[in-house]
Amino acid sequence: MIAFLHANMAPLMFVGLVLFLLIGFPVAFSLAACGLLFGFIGIETGMLPASLMQALPLRIFGIMQNETLLAIPFFTFMGLILERSGMAEDLLDTIGQLFGPVRGGLAFAVIFVGAMLAATTGVVAASVISMGLISLPIMLRYGYDRRIASGVIAASGTLAQIIPPSLVLIIMADQLGRSVGDLYKGAFVPGFVLTGMYVGFVALVAMFRPAWTPALPAEARTIREDDGSPGLRSLALLAAVSTAAGIAFGKTRPDTMPTDELIVLSMCVGVGLAFALAVLNRALRLKLLSRMAERVTFVLIPPLALIFLVLGTIFLGVATPTEGGAMGAAGALVMALARRRLDLGLLRSAMDATMKLSCFVMFILIGSTVFSLAFQGVDGPKWVEHLLTSLPGGQVGFLIVVNILVFVLAFFLDFFELSFIVVPLLAPVAEKLGIDLVWFGVLLAVNMQTSFMHPPFGFALFFLRSVAPAKDYKDRLTGRNVAAVTTGQIYWGAVPFVIIQIVMVALIIAFPNIVSGGIAKKKDLDTSNIVIEVQPTDQPKDEKMDMDALFGKPASAPGK
Amino acid sequence: MASLLSLSRLIDRLNEFVGRWVSWLVLAAVLISAVNASARKAFSLTSNAFLEVQWYLFAAVFLLASGYTLLRQEHVKIDVVLSRFNRRNQVKIEIFGFLVFMLPFVVTVIMLVWPLVVKAFVTGEMSSNAGGLIRWPVFALVPAGFVLLGLQSLSELVKRIAFLQGLGPDPADKSKERTPEEELAEVIRLRTEAEAAAKAEGAAR
Repeated sequence: MIAFLHANMAPLMFVGLVLFLLIGFPVAFSLAACGLLFGFIGIETGMLPASLMQALPLRIFGIMQNETLLAIPFFTFMGLILERSGMAEDLLDTIGQLFGPVRGGLAFAVIFVGAMLAATTGVVAASVISMGLISLPIMLRYGYDRRIASGVIAASGTLAQIIPPSLVLIIMADQLGRSVGDLYKGAFVPGFVLTGMYVGFVALVAMFRPAWTPALPAEARTIREDDGSPGLRSLALLAAVSTAAGIAFGKTRPDTMPTDELIVLSMCVGVGLAFALAVLNRALRLKLLSRMAERVTFVLIPPLALIFLVLGTIFLGVATPTEGGAMGAAGALVMALARRRLDLGLLRSAMDATMKLSCFVMFILIGSTVFSLAFQGVDGPKWVEHLLTSLPGGQVGFLIVVNILVFVLAFFLDFFELSFIVVPLLAPVAEKLGIDLVWFGVLLAVNMQTSFMHPPFGFALFFLRSVAPAKDYKDRLTGRNVAAVTTGQIYWGAVPFVIIQIVMVALIIAFPNIVSGGIAKKKDLDTSNIVIEVQPTDQPKDEKMDMDALFGKPASAPGK
Repeated sequence: MASLLSLSRLIDRLNEFVGRWVSWLVLAAVLISAVNASARKAFSLTSNAFLEVQWYLFAAVFLLASGYTLLRQEHVKIDVVLSRFNRRNQVKIEIFGFLVFMLPFVVTVIMLVWPLVVKAFVTGEMSSNAGGLIRWPVFALVPAGFVLLGLQSLSELVKRIAFLQGLGPDPADKSKERTPEEELAEVIRLRTEAEAAAKAEGAAR
């Protein structure tokens, strides 16, 4: 009996883990209890040394001192303050008006703003709620297909998971023993390729099913000149001037400057010039810029400034991710104060939510530490390794099985649970198979992003359901009746985007350079793709421009 | 039972109080870290005490708030199976969880950590970094946090037993509270309505 127990302790413990978790008690304590129970059995039957759990206090002290995890409360707090600062609403309103009169324009605006919010707030629920309340009613008013409208909102909201700064990448970095900065750099390109694929999908729909994504009538734009013209030429001119300034600045820099530093600095100069012009124009009442040009500049500045403050400083190596998070949180506070949106109630609720999230995340980590102490004691990692390395197909076989596993588990577990429970089991095996762990982490992060979109449990769908009209209602502007959005429409809307996600996972496996391109010295890949982010913000003129930008025009890369 | 219930209310109030005040440490950590990062870059000013105080604060936040987080039922769980049971059976499972999973874990951690805290206090152990902070206060946060967690577990246990006996309300009923997401949606809804109303007024004029 005891011999059998000893020989099969690892699989038994694994089964025990699954059962303990399924009971439905908080994950942190189920994990710990499972570790303690099997540790106790092991000690009593003489399989494990009695001093097994003596290592626990030092492990807990280690978790407390972990500098990486300190970034979790900072980024959470930043997101919570930003989501209530009104930034998302302003962006959605202005960019929606700008792109609206183009076929599929509102959907493009949602994707663009979704990516922008992802790079600042990083909270899926907040993005989905803002877009569901502001953009969805407009899309319904002008007859967008409901599945497309809800799918594009849910999917764009989940971009917050993969585009840095995201919590999942911080936790992944900690669990894989890699630096957060490397994971951020690695996830950057896939995040924007994914955004590009969403845009591509909407563009295809707009081309082949024009009725599904109609263009808005020109009078839907309320930001216009006194003579009724939309004022786009002025915006185009401003964008051209600031881009030229950015490139010109880039040319003056010495060639020795690293490319990413050059891009960030040139971008700063261009954006700064546009902002200065807009401020001058308003202060001196020069009337040189159209209202649209002014509005677009003013709504884009706060998120761009925050992106620079956080991601810019991290990529330049000026700040660690933890410092970047603290700067971002402080910046968000300043911004909310400046917009008069910060009061004691908001501050309290943001601190309270940050505290609770930090607490449950850190306790899952403590629980999983207890579990892993016992699991290592019974040679569990070796058992998992043996199980996974004996798969046919070596590296690729392992990756396919792991991705299917994570995809299926993502129906039931959220990304915290996946990254604390599943990732530590997989990481040593991946390393043994010669897989780069930064690459592996980004791959898993893209895969886990689907967990937000899976019908019927996906969080993004759940939050969209909570704000989408559940009853028929009368549109205030047109006075027409608008039918409710059914839950089925929300589920079906998510399907094409889940498929895009799977394609992206396959792409990363087939072309590993998509990820490592961000980290290694592959300057070409790096440049053309960072431009993806810069371009639409510099010159959001019309859909065509945007498409060019999103598919990358390396020729316009500053300093190349 | 009545005295146990009043003990449970006392514990709830204690953790409520701790949670309310500890949450300010989040803001303190943010501000200290932001100031520290800018000072480090701008004036090459840095001190290990400032770096260490950040993780002292964070440790205080997540450890001391553990009881409060339990009170608010924010420790995540996997409820795919649990949600299929009726309410009474769910509560029975939770009671089992508190007795068999939670309390042994809390007691084990306190017993293991306590000797180390005492040792750090007696020896006056300091951080190994130059200008670093003294260690025992931050080590002591672990038993302090786990005591709060253990107390809250007892309170939750009492509330659940009372519920099964028909002596108290459903302790897990969160239907009256609004989630932060609902609050956010409400704020945006009000704001867009106010804007629409302002626009309509402007058009009428």
